[in-house]
Amino acid sequence: MLQLTLFYIFAVLAVLGGIMVVVHRNPIYSALSLILTLFALAGEYILLMAHFIAIVHIAVYAGAIMVLFLFVIMLLNIRIEERAPGALRYMVYIGVPMAAILFLQLGYLAFKGFQEVYVKNTDVGTVERIGQALFSKYVLPFEITSILLVVAMVGAVYLSKRKLEIVE
Amino acid sequence: MLEAILALIKIGVVVFLVILPLVMMLILAERRVSAFIQNRLGPNRVGWQGMMQPVADGLKFLFKEDVIPGHVDRFLYLIAPGIILFPALLTFAVVPFGDQLTTYIGHTLVTIRFQIADLNVGVLYIVAVASLGVYGLVIGGYSSNNKYSMLGGLRSSAQMISYELPLGLAIISVVMMSGSLRLQDIVVDQYEIWNVFRQPLGFIIFLVASFAETNRLPFDLPEAEQELVGGYHTEYSSMKFASFFLAEYINMITASALITTLFFGGWHVPFGILEAINLPVLWEQIIQILAFSLKTLFFLFFFIWVRWTLPRFRYDQLMNLGWKSMVPLGLLNIVLTAIGIAVF
Repeated sequence: MLQLTLFYIFAVLAVLGGIMVVVHRNPIYSALSLILTLFALAGEYILLMAHFIAIVHIAVYAGAIMVLFLFVIMLLNIRIEERAPGALRYMVYIGVPMAAILFLQLGYLAFKGFQEVYVKNTDVGTVERIGQALFSKYVLPFEITSILLVVAMVGAVYLSKRKLEIVE
Repeated sequence: MLEAILALIKIGVVVFLVILPLVMMLILAERRVSAFIQNRLGPNRVGWQGMMQPVADGLKFLFKEDVIPGHVDRFLYLIAPGIILFPALLTFAVVPFGDQLTTYIGHTLVTIRFQIADLNVGVLYIVAVASLGVYGLVIGGYSSNNKYSMLGGLRSSAQMISYELPLGLAIISVVMMSGSLRLQDIVVDQYEIWNVFRQPLGFIIFLVASFAETNRLPFDLPEAEQELVGGYHTEYSSMKFASFFLAEYINMITASALITTLFFGGWHVPFGILEAINLPVLWEQIIQILAFSLKTLFFLFFFIWVRWTLPRFRYDQLMNLGWKSMVPLGLLNIVLTAIGIAVF
């Protein structure tokens, strides 16, 4: 009972945050609403006994990526949308049909594949289990992901360096 | 049910009987220690040796006029002081104050842990919550709609992201030693020898990074008075200003408690004193909690000591130190730790 109540609270918060991200004119508020959504999702993960995922979710998305988002928004001081409401008016004609198609697709899949699932093993989401899976069964994808990250990092460093040279 | 009630009692005790009185003591200690370092007396008029000075300060904050400037972003301006307190208090949920005590309550055998929540991802939880600390500062700085506040907010977000990395790297080397993310296991792992002797480099990195994360001198760039008036809290007054102040001190307590837990054996009493004198279990527990408190208090003193004896870093020096020294050293420390574990 408590679990179900908590699930609905988190679900409502997540959806509310998501709507706020899209609707709000001020990008700072949009970013903060996204953080609310991320927290609500972390709550759902905890209800699924996936503590590790929940904590990493908060640490990576809310703790690092969203801080950078805020930093960039504040640094650039984006006020175009706020000053000129309706400047992105034509987006509506693409955005609404796209959203409708996505919603129908996902809804259809969820409806077709719906079945009640109980979380039987309560230690599925623990660090030990994830670590074992990551370094035995999924070791190749794991290593490939790390290479991908290194490539992205090198690329970011290179791009920022080149810009500096142009300035000089 | 009993578990939940115990947890609530523990939260109440920790927040209202430990943290808040300690913050008041710290504010007084800061002023008295700074006076001592600068060879003057400091506040010593209210109560014995100025003991009631924090109460007087608190009353002053409460009765001051609460000004909300007209140009601020009202909603964010009002919630920022609350947001900054939230992660500051949250970290305490996983700090182990002592071992556990098995006793009867009524007729049921209950194990009372001296820790609010014994999470199996305790260390990761700390990293996650520590990374949220920046939001209060950033939102406060942005919503004030003031150049200096904005600069303070920007500085704090850049600084805290930069120093989270070395903080995390130092923690990783500790976790490699203990083989567990549970803080209680990390404390037990240091039973033979404290981590500060096994991980001296990791300890220094963690110490420096925690100074940066708490925005204390020599890394208090977000509120540097001489450059930014007051930084992110320039536009705040009365109790809202006080809550920024409060958060800084709570963060200090958290950082000290974490340094103690991760590197100084937590509640462990050194030299086998406890085993030698052989006391009843309850007394052993109390002495262990006392040992934890003493270690934490020492680091709190250390924070104040450093603040009043070291000058502030320049901003580029701060960034250079973070990215060009601390991060490589942290990585080096991980490699060294791995080699050490492989060899021994």
